Amino acid sequence: MSEIAAPRSSSRARSLKGGGRNRSGQTNFELYSWLFMRLSGLALVILVLGHLFVNLMLGGGITALDFGFVAGKWANPLWQVWDLLMLWLAMLHGTNGLRTIINDYAEKDQTRFWLKALLITAALVIVVLGTLVIFTFDPCLDPNSTLSVCK
Amino acid sequence: MPSKPAGTLYRGREGMWSWVAHRITGVGIFFFLLVHVLDTALVRVSPEAYNEVIGTYKNPVVGLLEVGLVAAILFHAFNGIRLILVDFWAKGPRYQRQMMIGVGVIWVVLFVPFVIRHLTHVFGG
Repeated sequence: MSEIAAPRSSSRARSLKGGGRNRSGQTNFELYSWLFMRLSGLALVILVLGHLFVNLMLGGGITALDFGFVAGKWANPLWQVWDLLMLWLAMLHGTNGLRTIINDYAEKDQTRFWLKALLITAALVIVVLGTLVIFTFDPCLDPNSTLSVCK
Repeated sequence: MPSKPAGTLYRGREGMWSWVAHRITGVGIFFFLLVHVLDTALVRVSPEAYNEVIGTYKNPVVGLLEVGLVAAILFHAFNGIRLILVDFWAKGPRYQRQMMIGVGVIWVVLFVPFVIRHLTHVFGG
């Protein structure tokens, strides 16, 4: 990348620099966040459209969704990994998107802080809960299960 | 007090409206995702609890909301790809308008079969 002769940021912005920052006084966080949105977005197109196709288009679609359907899917490690990846990428992508929107529309520092605190708390709860569910799921919780692992 | 902005950066046309729609669909999908992880988490509670809540997804009104959700996801997905091409493909910015039409075409091609199949399931064809 070529260097900019005159820094675009003000001297005040540069004086705020701390550790891990470049010469213009900013971290590369926003660059990585921008790149992450594009990479995760690409992966999510495949993960989410695949999820919708298998769950809503194949077989009985929405009418076939029940505990047995989920148990059947998660008996296959492929779908466990698929859903785990989808959960993490979608939550990070969505949380980062909402962070951008909060930064754009909330003007007061206090409002921004509390909205982001709420956002990050909600995201953490959902990611941890979802991950635990995928890894601790018991397909044989249903006593009438016909899955081979439950016999 | 926040001051009134001098003038506006909003330019209208495909560029601005696709950006607005990308935001609105993104927020909508995010809030659905929060609820969807919570309802799926019920598989850890009991098969009955999960089946009962997933039953609401089969209700005709909710079935129509799902059509809206998929419409939003399809737009967000393919407009997102357009956005990546605008950013990374040298000719992307020049063809952003044509790519917007492409997003519309792909959207219709995927959405129409989905609506037919999904509503057939929901309304028990």
